[in-house]
Amino acid sequence: MKLKKYLKLIVFNGILIPFSVLNAQNFEDYKQDVKGEEISIELVAIEGGAFLMGTKNSSRNADEKPAHQVEVDGFWMGKYEITWKQYDTFVYDRINDEEFQIPSKMKELGVDMVTGATVPYVDMSFGMGKGEFPAVNMTQYAALMYCKWLTAKTGVFYRLPTEAEWEYVCKKGKTDKVSTLNNYAWYDENAGEKYEKVGTKKPNALGIYDMLGNVSEWVLDQYDKAYYSSSPKKNPWNKPTKLYPLVIRGGSWVDTADKICCTNREYSQTNWKQRDPQIPKSNWWFTDAEFVGFRIVRPKEQPSAKETEKYWMEVIEDFGIE
Amino acid sequence: MKNLSRRKFVKSSAVVSGGIFLAPSILTSQPMFKKEKVLKLAVVGCGGRGTGAVSQALKADENVKLVAMADAFKDRLDDSYKNLSKMFQPGKIDVKESKKFVGFGSYKKAIDEADVVILTTPPGFRPQHFEYAVAQGKHIFMEKPVATDVAGIKKVLASAKIAKEKKLNVVVGLQRHYQTSYREAYKHIKNGVIGNIVSGQVYWDGGGVWVRPRQENWTEMEYQMRNWYYFNWLCGDHILEQHIHNIDVANWFIGEYPIKAQGMGGREIRKGKDHGQIFDHHFVEFEYPNGAVISSQCRHQQGCFNRVSETFQGTLGNVHTSGGSMAKLKSYSGEKIYSHNKTQNKNPYQIEHNELFASIRTGGLISDGEMGAKSTMSAILGRMATYSGKQVTWEDAINSNHNLVPNEDLLNWKSVPPVVPDASGNYPVPVPGVTKPF
Repeated sequence: MKLKKYLKLIVFNGILIPFSVLNAQNFEDYKQDVKGEEISIELVAIEGGAFLMGTKNSSRNADEKPAHQVEVDGFWMGKYEITWKQYDTFVYDRINDEEFQIPSKMKELGVDMVTGATVPYVDMSFGMGKGEFPAVNMTQYAALMYCKWLTAKTGVFYRLPTEAEWEYVCKKGKTDKVSTLNNYAWYDENAGEKYEKVGTKKPNALGIYDMLGNVSEWVLDQYDKAYYSSSPKKNPWNKPTKLYPLVIRGGSWVDTADKICCTNREYSQTNWKQRDPQIPKSNWWFTDAEFVGFRIVRPKEQPSAKETEKYWMEVIEDFGIE
Repeated sequence: MKNLSRRKFVKSSAVVSGGIFLAPSILTSQPMFKKEKVLKLAVVGCGGRGTGAVSQALKADENVKLVAMADAFKDRLDDSYKNLSKMFQPGKIDVKESKKFVGFGSYKKAIDEADVVILTTPPGFRPQHFEYAVAQGKHIFMEKPVATDVAGIKKVLASAKIAKEKKLNVVVGLQRHYQTSYREAYKHIKNGVIGNIVSGQVYWDGGGVWVRPRQENWTEMEYQMRNWYYFNWLCGDHILEQHIHNIDVANWFIGEYPIKAQGMGGREIRKGKDHGQIFDHHFVEFEYPNGAVISSQCRHQQGCFNRVSETFQGTLGNVHTSGGSMAKLKSYSGEKIYSHNKTQNKNPYQIEHNELFASIRTGGLISDGEMGAKSTMSAILGRMATYSGKQVTWEDAINSNHNLVPNEDLLNWKSVPPVVPDASGNYPVPVPGVTKPF
């Protein structure tokens, strides 16, 4: 059985990557190139471990409590928030390329179908800058589909972090001090009413930039204010069953400093699409979430095709009421 | 005003508009004010925008219900009905099978059933629908643009006059007129804080829109009706279909309509068979009676600089506006005169319907028809300039016999559309210097 697993190959775009090779890769920081595209994404190796999730601080919000022990497995995390340059490569990719239409290849990756984001009718950066600035205004579904696209392009499984993984990295990064926050994060008091280029503040202790501030970041979880009182200890993930509310973390250029902390939890709202005039509303874009972006992770252990499938969540159509 | 963070604006607007979306009475079949007359609503054109407009109308007034629907295509109508049925209780969506009208000419049957009609088909058909709805004495919400040719503009202007006489409310979906940030900017400009507008730049530079590729079992007419964005008789090109919003803001803020236009444009990138006959970029200079010159640019090319906004220079200062609720007025010494605060934001698409229904209930009169027609005509003037490469005056254009759209009542799926492909499947594309303006 073992042997069989080792022989199972991922065949993609002419690249053969056995799982054994993927899983035997040194657990070190690396740069993910994307074949045929001009982008690459830097990733930082994060050893798994246990930590106290949430807070005991009486002045913090009720949804950050109770503080509880959580364990997460190791993973790599994007060094930076995904930039417009990296995101637009997906948005404007011709998804019907031959490479996406060979079922046997996709099956190995647990990728059934990659759907291209619709090209937005308006400028989604609202004049705040593209290129090396962080991409914003995409739905969580779109961010996940970006991960799926990247998986299909590279043969390596990528996804969004869980809320627990995100908080683990933030807390290990030790940037959560009010006195030094200005060195590590862009937020309302120090940003010029807009986001800034990624990586222009200091990184946290793990080498991750803009974990706090600049743009809020999608995680994989449904928002439930009471989740911490019943969540499992190991690799918790509150898998979404409805479109709203979904968790965003880290705060952004529109948040005041009190929101820029590792335990603060925010969530998506229906009125982020209020200026979308169509019904159903776009699965891909918000009209009023110019402060929400994302970063990617890759689990240390490459999951089986069957396991990856649970992360590719189905689209839930948005009628503007929930 | 650093303490008024953008986030706070967003947060408080969440509370305001959340009320609109979540008011529980919207979702019930029991009207709150039972004594009030129930207003019957019909929609003609059941695409995403038509469906969106219906949902806004149903939220705008407790005692309104959808009673009839019309679309050229049954599948589009059925999708719309299905989606609306997911959003509202049956009391609000009261469309019997016999009141779902499909095909060419179906607009009449739907309009006949209603007090208020939503006209949201591709714009080529709008003049005929508007004319009929006004003749039947209906209140109207119609999307922009309101025509694709001069013949259509004339029809809309004539019917807009009759609507006014009959005291029929007409709201046109140029929603910037219903967006707080634009209304505030307009108020300040009218107060003279930036002096007279002498020039401006208006933009809709983006990546383009959807394409619906041809399918084997479609007639040429069905193909064009489904892939309508790329055919001028139906769509009018993106300078009309999208960029009208920005040109309209120039007209509104200046307070006049352009007297002439000259410009350039073409198809550089987007020129496949499924891209019909429209350009992928236009650049136009519009000249106004007071001498103001507005540079207008619109682009459908991917991977380029994107911008959707308006900027105007007055004799005393300038103004910047965008659909994202930015409105900033500054003097030339750099002094901030006004900067719009997002806390006042409401969804302009909802406000259009709130004001329409409030006006109907109170016996008021909103008459957007003439404004809608003249802003549409401004964009047509720009298109005539880029297609022909000539300078075109408003007067010559409006007095021409420019007519792109056949009578809908005479069409069927086997009719030959006004434009057809050549033997290799390509459509005739305008050639500057050769193509006549009208």
